[in-house]
Amino acid sequence: MKNSDLVYVTFIRTTPEKVWAAITQPEFAGKYWGNSANISDWKKGSPWRHVHTGTPETVRVVGEVVESTPPTRLVLTWADPAAPVDVSRVTYEIEAIEDLVKLTVTHGEFQEGSPMAGKVSWGWPRVLSSLKSFLETGKGLNIQAGGGGCGSKQG
Amino acid sequence: MNAVFKALADESRRKLLDELHQNNGQTLTQLCGGLDMTRQAVTKHLGLLEAANLVATAWRGREKLHYLNPVPLHEIYERWIHKYERQHLQVLSDLKKGLEDTNQPSKKP
Repeated sequence: MKNSDLVYVTFIRTTPEKVWAAITQPEFAGKYWGNSANISDWKKGSPWRHVHTGTPETVRVVGEVVESTPPTRLVLTWADPAAPVDVSRVTYEIEAIEDLVKLTVTHGEFQEGSPMAGKVSWGWPRVLSSLKSFLETGKGLNIQAGGGGCGSKQG
Repeated sequence: MNAVFKALADESRRKLLDELHQNNGQTLTQLCGGLDMTRQAVTKHLGLLEAANLVATAWRGREKLHYLNPVPLHEIYERWIHKYERQHLQVLSDLKKGLEDTNQPSKKP
C-alpha cells in the first residue's frame, strides 16, 4: 500500500509544557493558528474539535482523543465534520532535546482516495512555523493570508 | 538556517527532495532505486538533509522511512519572501493614496 503519511518536524526553543499548552489551550492557539482553537478536555476517549473563532464560529475538524500523555504525546482522530467517516490520525510527539523541543507532527492513516492529505499539507507547515515563532518571540505569523485552515476547503 | 541553504545548494540533494515530494516516506533502498547515485552517496546526502531538518525520519517496524519536511522551507518563505511581498503591497498602497490625494481636488463619492 502507498504510504501517504505526512511527517513534520520543527525544533523550538521552549519547554514541552509550553508546546503542550499551545496546542491544547484555546487562548494560545488563537495567537498562532489563524484565529482558530482546539477544544477538548484532552482525556482519552473524549471528543475534540478545531474551530475557527470568527463570526460565526465554524467547526472545521472533529475527532476523538486516542492517547493523551501530557506533555509528550497526543494522538487524535481527525475528520472534516462534513465527511465524518473520512477519518485520519494526527500524532503530536513532544521531545525535549537539551534546551530545545523537537515537535513531530505525523498526519496519517488517510482513507483510500481521501482528499484530506492534499488539504492539510497546505496548512501544517504554516501552522508549525507560526507555532515556533509564537513560542520563541511571543508573536505568531499571519497564516490566514492566502488560504484556509487545516480542515477547510483548500486543495 | 545556514544548514538549510547549504543542504539545498546541491543538485543531488534537491533531486532527493523532489523524489520524496513525488513519493513521501521511502526507505533508503527505495530512494536508491529511483536515482542514479550510489547507496553511499544517498546515505551521505540524506544525513545532510536530515541535519538541516529538511528530511524527517520515522521507523515503521525495522524500516526507516524518509519524509520531506517542508517546515524549514516555510520559515525561509516567511523570512525572505513574505515580508518583502508585504512591503511591496505597502508601497503600492502608499502610491495609490498619494496619487488620490494629489489628483482628486473634489471629495470622494
